[in-house]
Amino acid sequence: MNTIRYIIQKEFKQIFRNKAMLPIIFAMPMIQLIILANAATFEVKNIKFSYVDHDKTSFARELVDKFNASTYFDVVSNFSSAKAAKLAMQAGKVDVILEIPPYFERNLLKDKKANLSVTINAIDGAAAGVENVYINQIVQQFNQNAKIKLMLADGGVAKAQKITTIPSFWYNETLNYKTFMVPGILVLLVTMITLFLSGMNIVREKEIGTLEQINVTPIKKYQFIIGKLFPFLILGLVLLTVGLVIAKLLFQIPIVGSITLMYGYTIVYILVILGIGLFISNFTDTQQQAMFIAWFFMVIFILMSGLFTPVESMPKWAQILTEFNPIKYFVQVMRMVMLKGAGLQDIYPQIFKTLVYALVMNGLAAWSYKKVT
Amino acid sequence: MKRFIGFIRKEFYHILRDRRSLFILFGMPIVQVMLFGFAITNEINNVDIAVLDHSKDATTKEIINKISSSKYFSVKQFINNEATIEKAFEKGEIKAVLNFEPDFSKKLVAEKQATVQILTDATDPNTANTISNYTSAILQKYQQDLNTDVRIQYQIAPQTRMAYNPELKSVFMFVPGVMTIILMLVSAMMTSISITREKEMGTMEILLVSPLKPFQVIIGKVVPYVFLSVINAIIIILLSIFVFKMPVQGSLFLLGVESILFIINALSLGILISTVSATQQTAMMVSLMGLMLPVILLSGFIFPISSMPLPLQAISNIIPAKWFIIVLKGIMLKGVGLAYLWKESLILVGMTLFFIAVSVKKYKIRLE
Repeated sequence: MNTIRYIIQKEFKQIFRNKAMLPIIFAMPMIQLIILANAATFEVKNIKFSYVDHDKTSFARELVDKFNASTYFDVVSNFSSAKAAKLAMQAGKVDVILEIPPYFERNLLKDKKANLSVTINAIDGAAAGVENVYINQIVQQFNQNAKIKLMLADGGVAKAQKITTIPSFWYNETLNYKTFMVPGILVLLVTMITLFLSGMNIVREKEIGTLEQINVTPIKKYQFIIGKLFPFLILGLVLLTVGLVIAKLLFQIPIVGSITLMYGYTIVYILVILGIGLFISNFTDTQQQAMFIAWFFMVIFILMSGLFTPVESMPKWAQILTEFNPIKYFVQVMRMVMLKGAGLQDIYPQIFKTLVYALVMNGLAAWSYKKVT
Repeated sequence: MKRFIGFIRKEFYHILRDRRSLFILFGMPIVQVMLFGFAITNEINNVDIAVLDHSKDATTKEIINKISSSKYFSVKQFINNEATIEKAFEKGEIKAVLNFEPDFSKKLVAEKQATVQILTDATDPNTANTISNYTSAILQKYQQDLNTDVRIQYQIAPQTRMAYNPELKSVFMFVPGVMTIILMLVSAMMTSISITREKEMGTMEILLVSPLKPFQVIIGKVVPYVFLSVINAIIIILLSIFVFKMPVQGSLFLLGVESILFIINALSLGILISTVSATQQTAMMVSLMGLMLPVILLSGFIFPISSMPLPLQAISNIIPAKWFIIVLKGIMLKGVGLAYLWKESLILVGMTLFFIAVSVKKYKIRLE
């Protein structure tokens, strides 16, 4: 027992001795949490809208005014020709071009049918889809109003059947993205710090040559592994705590669920990450290799975690791959417990899988660490 | 000059000798581009939803059929009372519930109006909002079909054209982003590590007392990585063209030049990191922790910059990746040339010069 304590003491000393690392470990993640949580939004707003009005009637102007009044669109400019508008889109100055054809009003009055042409910069396909919905809503509404006005003038309106939809957004009525993102980004930061530090740890001793010195001491394998793991576990929990405080106080994210459950799960989770880190560390010869591998998995874990893009939309084979992604479980658990107040029985599958994962990874790490060189 | 070439040769040996790193260096980007190109999408498909049908009549059945036959939704559960909704949301089994009021079709005929409630789990606001929009659109369409007997009149029909990406493929958005991340991180990390390693091992001192000039040492360190990164860039561009069918509307030559410019930019950032850090550990943590999330989040790779709060839009300007992504999309998808991209290119050149200038200033040629 004493041996483990001494190793732990040594590890802590090494962490706190390196003055250049301290701000990177403690300050950088928190600054990133505070800044980046604001960046992660899929909301589509401030759409740069422009129009080409070939009709120049009061009707056309009214339609443009509708766009002007909408909070989603910023009316940037009015172009005299479709060509000029297209050039502006190429230069990235506008996102949407509405072209009102000549005789728009006349066609609507005479033929009772008129066309509009809309061009959307669709490089960001998802945003383009949303922009299209907004545009259609505005045009529909304008159409509805025009219809009523014109039909009244015609005399007599046959009342149409109408289905009303009432959306209701649970757990996050205002559709606040920070509520969604802060727990997720916190997860990433905790994971990155613990994975990178543990991944570099043993391989660093190898590279410097101090691992051989440890190998010739009577320290047992399990003592060594526990001694290496423990400090990073503490580090991860400290980061989680600071992050939760920031989430609560600065971002006013509701913490509905049980804090104990969150910490309990986090301990199991960090063990998984540390296991992966040590495993990488044992299998590489230089810190450079270790970091490359850690980075490779980190990018994959992050982008396939369901944090930024939904897992359900991925193809089947990719969804199966995400089963091996620990970050996915952590993100799910944090969101479920923090925001929805899910209890132990709700997150039972995640806990079980993470626990198995932790056993496997640490088993592998212990197995791959050999006391001979 | 001969000495310098000898030094570069030594650097190449160093890199080529380490088979494992080399394998990772080339294998990783390929795996990542393939994986992300196919897997990541922010479209909404096959969302699991539940239905709470209080009226169970012909109309609601028809609407439910319409909804479950769309590719966006799959109806997973039929529930009987409001109380079960919360449990289902907490377990995360479903993302939304459609709640039809009692006597739906009777009301629709008699009062000409009936109500559907769309309850969504808005812990993921993006999905919630999209679900709500899509269901409304489906109901709108259904309503229009209902009313065909009422004279269609005064119809304004918008014809929408999705420019540059008619099929709304997410790949077009993500491939340039993935390419940028890989080039940025690999280049910055590799240089910073290789220079700090010499420092840590003590061999930097030997290099400093050699007849090579300090800037030759640094350039010699960087040249091999320029080669490797260019090869990486070529592989990624080939993959995006042949595997993901990304068009290259603009000039391939310009694409190459801009890629090299960005690689040099990332490498000079790596040099800068290595001059301010003493150990490999610090260098790696700065280049990984410091660059990974900002590059992913603030470059416009996943999240649109124009929707961010103003201070963050300002911060995004100092992220080189942002400008390179604009350039990539411009050349590949819009087919524009330097006439449109000169500003972005100049900014990248300027940043590169800045990184180099600061590194020169900070670079210690004396022993401590």
